[in-house]
Amino acid sequence: MITGFILRALEGKIVIAVGILLAVAIIVPALNLLTPPDSAFHIPTYVMALMGKYLCYALLALALDLVWGYCGILSLGHGAFFALGGYAMGMYLMRQIGSRGVYGNPDLPDFMVFLNWKELPWFWYGLDMFPFAMAMVLIVPGLLAFVFGWFAFRSRVNGVYLSIITQAMTYALMLAFFRNDMGFGGNNGLTDFKDILGFQVQAGGTRAVLFAMSAFMLALCLIVASAITRSKFGKVLVGVRDAESRVRFLGFRVENIKLFTFVVSAMFAGIAGALFVPQVGIINPGEFAPANSIEVVVWTAVGGRGTLIGPIIGAILVNAGKSFFTGAFPEFWLFALGGLFIAVTLFLPKGIVGTIQHGWNARKALKAAADAEKGRDAGAAPTVQQVQAAE
Amino acid sequence: MTFRIFSGAFVAFLLFACAAFAQGTDPKPLFNQLADANFNAAEKLVAEIAATGNPRVVPALNAFSEGDLYFRKSDKAVFAAKAAGSQLELIDPVTGESAGQVAKSAVTKIKVNNNLRRAIRAALGGLTLMSPDRGARLSAADAILRAPSAEALELVEAALVKETDGEVKARMEEARAVSLLSSDRSVDEKRAAIETIAGLGASGLGVLNSVSGTIDPGLKPDLDAAIASIQNEQQLWNLAQNVWYGMSLGSVLLLAAIGLAITFGVMGIINMAHGEMVMLGAYSTFMVQQVIRENAPGLFDWSLAIALPVAFLVTGAVGFVIERGVIRFLYGRPLETLLATWGVSLILQQAIRTIFGPTNQEVGNPSWMSGSFPLGGMTITYNRMWIIVFSLTIFFALLFVMKKTAYGLNMRAVTQNRRMASSMGIRTPWVDALTFALGSGIAGIAGVALSQIDNVSPNLGQSYIIDSFMVVVFGGVGNLWGTLVGALSLGILNKFLEPSVGAVLGKILVLVLIILFIQKRPRGLFALKGRAVEA
Repeated sequence: MITGFILRALEGKIVIAVGILLAVAIIVPALNLLTPPDSAFHIPTYVMALMGKYLCYALLALALDLVWGYCGILSLGHGAFFALGGYAMGMYLMRQIGSRGVYGNPDLPDFMVFLNWKELPWFWYGLDMFPFAMAMVLIVPGLLAFVFGWFAFRSRVNGVYLSIITQAMTYALMLAFFRNDMGFGGNNGLTDFKDILGFQVQAGGTRAVLFAMSAFMLALCLIVASAITRSKFGKVLVGVRDAESRVRFLGFRVENIKLFTFVVSAMFAGIAGALFVPQVGIINPGEFAPANSIEVVVWTAVGGRGTLIGPIIGAILVNAGKSFFTGAFPEFWLFALGGLFIAVTLFLPKGIVGTIQHGWNARKALKAAADAEKGRDAGAAPTVQQVQAAE
Repeated sequence: MTFRIFSGAFVAFLLFACAAFAQGTDPKPLFNQLADANFNAAEKLVAEIAATGNPRVVPALNAFSEGDLYFRKSDKAVFAAKAAGSQLELIDPVTGESAGQVAKSAVTKIKVNNNLRRAIRAALGGLTLMSPDRGARLSAADAILRAPSAEALELVEAALVKETDGEVKARMEEARAVSLLSSDRSVDEKRAAIETIAGLGASGLGVLNSVSGTIDPGLKPDLDAAIASIQNEQQLWNLAQNVWYGMSLGSVLLLAAIGLAITFGVMGIINMAHGEMVMLGAYSTFMVQQVIRENAPGLFDWSLAIALPVAFLVTGAVGFVIERGVIRFLYGRPLETLLATWGVSLILQQAIRTIFGPTNQEVGNPSWMSGSFPLGGMTITYNRMWIIVFSLTIFFALLFVMKKTAYGLNMRAVTQNRRMASSMGIRTPWVDALTFALGSGIAGIAGVALSQIDNVSPNLGQSYIIDSFMVVVFGGVGNLWGTLVGALSLGILNKFLEPSVGAVLGKILVLVLIILFIQKRPRGLFALKGRAVEA
């Protein structure tokens, strides 16, 4: 059954995307490590780090696409799940520093020593163990999404209201994490990591593996997301998006369907955050900022929501643009980003991938209609209705 | 010649007589006795000096409490002194005339301790109690109120007999009451004094607490009752002050949210550029003030009045352009208006940053906005007060436009049923554009007010946007009254949480409470009823 579930996920486009991602996961680190720095094929470490960052963002956008594109829940708080995953990873990395910190305390991270804390708060226990920390990367965002969604979906908070309370959620978390006495490093966040699983975080090999992991996890999550959306459950999901009341009247438990998707999506976001932190080297409360979450929405919209591949392309394109513009014309970037928001919503409501798909389907439909016409005696151009029906 | 000498002597005699009549005994010998006095004796002497009622001893007594009183070793005459180069210039304590300079070794400082200083302060208070200047008498009474002592009692009582001014008299009565408690008067008098003090509020509490250890056991119940009543009163005032702070915060929230109540609440556009409209309003104020500073500084107090229409027109025009250029293509797709308006907000922010720079701009307060006045046990600052007045004025003006004008009627018709309104001959696109412009213009007006209490920077809008949405959603979309109640209750709730949990945690709690509240009432405090809800 599970194989069937997975096999159904591997439709043409997804196979290509997964193939590309796996190829990238191998080729980029190989080019970084194996070629000499003066070679034309060499990929410098900073470029690889940047690309790794984009892949994490792509995974975050994919997570959002699952709930927004297929379930109609526009979450303005996905940055919160991303940041929570990042914090879980950051806490593991902090514990790995051990007595190499500035104050040399074997148990307490530097900021706790600085704040005169005597012992580790309970929520830091166990995070020095990698498997536990990785479990937390999934559990913490998942649990938050579960509790939040449990209340919100049962009381049928939807549309704009849901968007706004998810925004309130990430805003509240940001304020909370900024507080020093929360025990998460306050304003400065967690940084100055030393090693992960015994390997130096800064070392080239570790970076290469982290990059490969990012590409691999993105491919894996893409397959899972595709499997979900192409299953029977996925059909109901789209039904919830397009006509929630009707699905409810057909006897489906809409709130459970939404809740499941929301939790899965939050876990994806958590994974993205966990991969993001060791590559960037810092996690701070700024990641919770509502503006970040809105930016994720834009990546998804640019790529095309409800396409799974689109958000990945959107996230990579927009962030590459951001890296380019903030380097070349720092003044110009917000104009460009703002213009992109407006242009996409006005002219590309389906996003890049959505528009291409749409055009493709329309052409196919036209062709099919033309073929059908040829077969008939009375030849006439396809009517508009036929084309629309074909879409 | 003889006549001249005679007449001179006569005048001198007359002057002396008058002076002696006015001053009672001459304070000069009393000052000289200070040379040999120990602290206790000095205290008595100070009281005696003060009892002469001669206002000219005030500088010398002041000098004494500062430790600037010396006696000359040769004749033990007492002088106030101030440094003059390496020497000291001696000043006669009564006449205030200079008595020449001496080496520091020729004089000895008269020592002063805290008890003595207190006695001096009380004595000075008593002296000025008789001053012909009303303000001086009032501040003298206040001085005694702050530092009561048994010594001052008789002075106050003497002054009370002569006092005619009502307010000063009341203040002196209070000063008498606080002084009486530490004196050896009868229990009944003290009981009456406690009652007077109980009416004093916070300042009385200190006096009562300070004597509670030494007071007659018979008076203890009265004293405790008085303390309790003051504390109760203080709690009430604290409550009132918190409510006031809450209303002040609430009015800021109301100001920030009220434009959004139109664009989001009435029109259903998730207007993320709302905060930037507020910011544009604040920058309009800045520009108006710049022009006034350079061209007509005398008009500065009017700058806000001038900025109001300017900000309204500027932001209204920007809003109009946004609606015509972007939003009108997105009706019926609310979540996408969110993205587009967020884009607009980024562009506006960056535009302002490019033009004015990223730093805070200096926006001045007109004179009528600065300062404060006391109201009972709380302090009310003018700028907060005017902002409350201002936000309520805007609110009711907007309510009037919505409910009582033809334009408001059209607007409500379009939002309730666009197609029906259109078929009744209402130009719906025009109404949409004007409504969005109105909402933006009001946000701009809010910016004028907020420029008075917040930093005017390109990020100004960002700090209000989430709060504004919370207020509108909490109050109930599409309902102006809901926005008013929502803003005030969130403001007050915030201020009541703050003292116990701190500002940041208070804010977090409020956010969590709103999230929970939305679960309970997904349509806010005052939900619209009927079919409009399902649209």
